[in-house]
Amino acid sequence: MSPDLAIETLGGERMRLNMGPHHPATHGVLRLVVDTDGEVVANCAPDHGYLHRAIEKIGECVEWPMFVPYTDRVDYVCAMNANLAYCVAVEKLLNSDPATKVIVPMRAECIRVIVAELNRISSHLVAVGAMAMDLGGYTPFLHAIAQREGVNDIFEKLCGQRLTYNYITIGGVGFDLHANAAAETEAFLAQFEKEMIRFNQLITTNTIFQNRCAGVAVISAADAVAYGLVGPNLRGSGVDWDIRRDEPYGIYGQLGVRVPLGQAFAGRAGRVGDCYDRFVVRLLEINESVRLVRAAIKLLPPAAGKANDPVGGFQADVAKQLRKPPKGEIRVRTEAPRGEMGYVIVSDGSKVPYRVRVRTGSFTACSIFNTVMKGIFLADVVTVIGSFDIVVPEIDR
Amino acid sequence: MSALAFADIVERLRAVFPAATLPAIETKTSDNGQPWLLVPANDIVRVATVLRDDPVLGFAALCDLTGWDLLKYAANPPSTDIAIVYYLHSLIHRHHLTLKVLAPRDTGTVPSVSSVWPVANYFEREVFDLLGVHFAGHPNLKRIMMPDDWIGSPLRKDYIYPASYNGIAHLRDGQKFEDAPTRGDAAAPAQAAKP
Repeated sequence: MSPDLAIETLGGERMRLNMGPHHPATHGVLRLVVDTDGEVVANCAPDHGYLHRAIEKIGECVEWPMFVPYTDRVDYVCAMNANLAYCVAVEKLLNSDPATKVIVPMRAECIRVIVAELNRISSHLVAVGAMAMDLGGYTPFLHAIAQREGVNDIFEKLCGQRLTYNYITIGGVGFDLHANAAAETEAFLAQFEKEMIRFNQLITTNTIFQNRCAGVAVISAADAVAYGLVGPNLRGSGVDWDIRRDEPYGIYGQLGVRVPLGQAFAGRAGRVGDCYDRFVVRLLEINESVRLVRAAIKLLPPAAGKANDPVGGFQADVAKQLRKPPKGEIRVRTEAPRGEMGYVIVSDGSKVPYRVRVRTGSFTACSIFNTVMKGIFLADVVTVIGSFDIVVPEIDR
Repeated sequence: MSALAFADIVERLRAVFPAATLPAIETKTSDNGQPWLLVPANDIVRVATVLRDDPVLGFAALCDLTGWDLLKYAANPPSTDIAIVYYLHSLIHRHHLTLKVLAPRDTGTVPSVSSVWPVANYFEREVFDLLGVHFAGHPNLKRIMMPDDWIGSPLRKDYIYPASYNGIAHLRDGQKFEDAPTRGDAAAPAQAAKP
């Protein structure tokens, strides 16, 4: 689909086009300065910072537990996973000294997997729905958003919020599940699986959609690694790497995560690592998340009366440890819907972090934009942005 | 191929370089027992290339490149340097390595590794923007988060909060930053030498 046009030989006059910061297909305030030669992109320079909120600086000013609500804002499309990444990192820091050891209750670990995977489902629904919408298919987007509402309803019952949850805390989760939560989640998943079949009939197997995505912006496995692509973007290029399976945190090691990879799903026109592969890998990951939620519900121990019970509780006592955490540094990687969400945390032994660093998937995905956009059609730029599932607050932080 | 422990990685790295050109790498441990490798700034590109290309080491991925200001970290001995930290990962062998380069506060220039790992282009721009460390040989070293005309490096521990930006006040009348740092030089290298 994207012919290898030698831009220098075209001889035309280049035109500079500002795409964004207010453009519906850039999924937020991302600005791309695109130089075009006719319809072909000659250069694409992303411009960032429109949504910079100094979250890493705020991390140096607030106490350990007070930073959790800010992690929601790092990536509000998957706030549960963002909470989880920070909390797992702080727990690992505390566990590096036996004096401040934290044991997260088993029930809390199961609840964490349930909410994180539900949030992965809703985040991937936004990704695939928005990509379909960018390519002109408005109906699948509405179906995806309708299903996302189901996840939001579950979360609203759980913690009162629909977007920024502040639910996962250091040492556990904020509230225990209510009595019907497991049954309601199962009921949602049952109807959701049927709905996904319809969604796939509507867009995934649609020939026009496939032709728009097949063979566009092919990224080789070596390039994907070198440019720091993570998550579904990396796996779309066929690199077999998922932190939930390969460096498990929480109880993911017990769940046997299966990792779908890109394999030129679009058929004859498709190539491994094209836009369609990244799209389909997300859909397959949704199926895997459904399985993980069910597996975590099966493992869920019954609630104990006590919040800090090591099995049936939901919140370990950490207040004392967080006043005097161990001195040192830690790096933790977790698998968020947009790939590796890694925290580097430096502690000087006080109740305020010395340095909090968030490494997010969308930020590094932008570093490959210029390379991958050169030589494709201008109309395919939105396909590429959609296939990377860019969330701008995650880029700018 | 199997994952190597930290000591084995360092041993291999020492073995790869001919004795005459061996960079002065030092193994260190953080306060909570995390091992890392101190690399002299001038040797970072050489070390990085070997780490990436050696078949036994195979660090094809730069997971993260960040840094922090050591000014107020009670280390022994105390330091005023900016630590630049490289987190490497090998997808083939499944092992990790942490490298650090110490950049002096005022004249901090570190050779860019963006020719080794292209993703470093973005990471180094972020470190340059927020910590004011220059990366020599970087193809496009300019601010990435903050506006181009911003003054200072916000993540430095002696950063002075500006009261206004281009005539737009950050504070209401009579309000002041409760704990604005008082130490430090307003002319940090990041704002002195604009790219």
